Amino acid sequence: MLKDITIGQHYPTGSAIHKMDPRVKIIITFIYIVSLFVVNNFIGYIYVIAFLLSAILISKVPVTYILKGLKPLMILIGITFMINIFMTAGEVVFRIGPFTITEEGLYQAFFMALRLVFLVMGTSLLTLTTSPIALTDGIEHILNPFKRIGVPAHELAMMMTIALRFIPTLLEETDKIMKAQIARGADFESGNLISRAKGLVPLLVPLFISSFRRADELAMAMEARCYRGGENRTRMKELKTQGKDYFALSVGTLLIALLIVNRIWF
Amino acid sequence: MSIKIENVTYIYNPKSPFETKALDGINIEIADGEFIGLIGHTGSGKSTLIQHLNGLIKPTSGKITVGDLVITGEKVKLADLRKKVGLVFQYPEHQLFEETVYKDIAFGPKNLNLSESEIDERVRESMELVKLDFESLKERSPFELSGGQRRRVAIAGVLAMKPDILILDEPTAGLDPRGRDEILEQIKYLHDKYQNTVILVSHSMEDIAKLVDRIIVMHGGKIELQGFPREVFKQSKRLESIGLGIPQITHLMEKLKKVDGSIQEEVLTVEEAKVEILRWIRSNKDA
Repeated sequence: MLKDITIGQHYPTGSAIHKMDPRVKIIITFIYIVSLFVVNNFIGYIYVIAFLLSAILISKVPVTYILKGLKPLMILIGITFMINIFMTAGEVVFRIGPFTITEEGLYQAFFMALRLVFLVMGTSLLTLTTSPIALTDGIEHILNPFKRIGVPAHELAMMMTIALRFIPTLLEETDKIMKAQIARGADFESGNLISRAKGLVPLLVPLFISSFRRADELAMAMEARCYRGGENRTRMKELKTQGKDYFALSVGTLLIALLIVNRIWF
Repeated sequence: MSIKIENVTYIYNPKSPFETKALDGINIEIADGEFIGLIGHTGSGKSTLIQHLNGLIKPTSGKITVGDLVITGEKVKLADLRKKVGLVFQYPEHQLFEETVYKDIAFGPKNLNLSESEIDERVRESMELVKLDFESLKERSPFELSGGQRRRVAIAGVLAMKPDILILDEPTAGLDPRGRDEILEQIKYLHDKYQNTVILVSHSMEDIAKLVDRIIVMHGGKIELQGFPREVFKQSKRLESIGLGIPQITHLMEKLKKVDGSIQEEVLTVEEAKVEILRWIRSNKDA
């Protein structure tokens, strides 16, 4: 029932991108996002597509799988497209009732929709190729310098790790309780809004209770093993930056450099 | 009510790297009023299989008939099926949510749209069946009860729907030996009283051996063995190879038989073993 959610899902293929240093991957993704906003014409998108496609090919994650991640965002992309197509002033191409479509509107609509699509595809490639643990590890390292100004880097990373760790557990639990209540004749799918909301009580109460119980047990288990935050903590697997990381980083830098040049030139 | 499972296969997460075949060409026939023990190791597919019987998951391929209803067919009213097939999940106490024991047990019957008086009667009856005192417990919160009591409240919640087929997924998991024996006794009592079809899922041979009419052993999504308990336990080597044992007492008798061939090893309970050993001692004295 709830197994279709792909956000934040890791897709292990063991490719070169999977083996990269998560810190470098996060930085490159950040560069990629910035460069998407540097682009101001379709020629710039050629560079972006080339970068994205080669990254996807190297990662060995099926393109269809990445496209599937776009589904829940289709509504958002659709609305952006509509607003741009109807709300941009300029030379009128044609008219439907009170709505006018302008040449600039068409251009802007496609441009914005593509930007969103590339944004989602690029960032989902990060989560698809990086295990949640590696991801939070990378974030912790990147945030480390900000510790001096009071950013609790380790605590943030630990909270994220725990939250990510419990997403599948909670989904499983929800699925199980839902099934148990359906077996007792509960109905989650029909009726009006109020009766549906009421129908969720048999699901939410047990879910809350088990979440609190789990949180309690986890805290106890961590304390029993002397957990006391990030101070002096060492790691079993130290993050290492290798040749391919520097290569990828230079490709990312090249991308943004090309796009800046492109923006100034045209 | 009878159950017929034909060639059922179920695949989790199809077309992704996490694809797993949970059931692989299952064929089972269960007659009306039979008491079935479904045994298998964790991950053998037994929980997946029983969820099919309630229409909670649909098989990837294959056909399931419950009574005269083909539940894998088009446009089946699953609500009707769920009235007939009661499913008690593993750790059923995790599904409790109401403020009082009474309300929680009444949840199922209420969903069947029964009258108030009928619901009241069913709650009393099912609490009595699981040996919970109605007067002293009905107004208590289920969350203040002990683990064993909570589990019985949850089982009563399913019994109150009066299912023709009762399926219990590891009803004794996590209980102490006394709680375990009590629950098993009550299930046996229920079966004897109503002659309904019962499927008891477990990974413990000890639990199942003395209760059930027939055992179905699952392994890796397939049926490994099925038959009467005595027949199944004869295959102790095969059972051990898939990580299941035979009851300790049967094991002991097997060893005794190796010492003296005249001992019968087909024994399921300590009581039977006592009789058999006494018989053997007497026959030796006579000789």
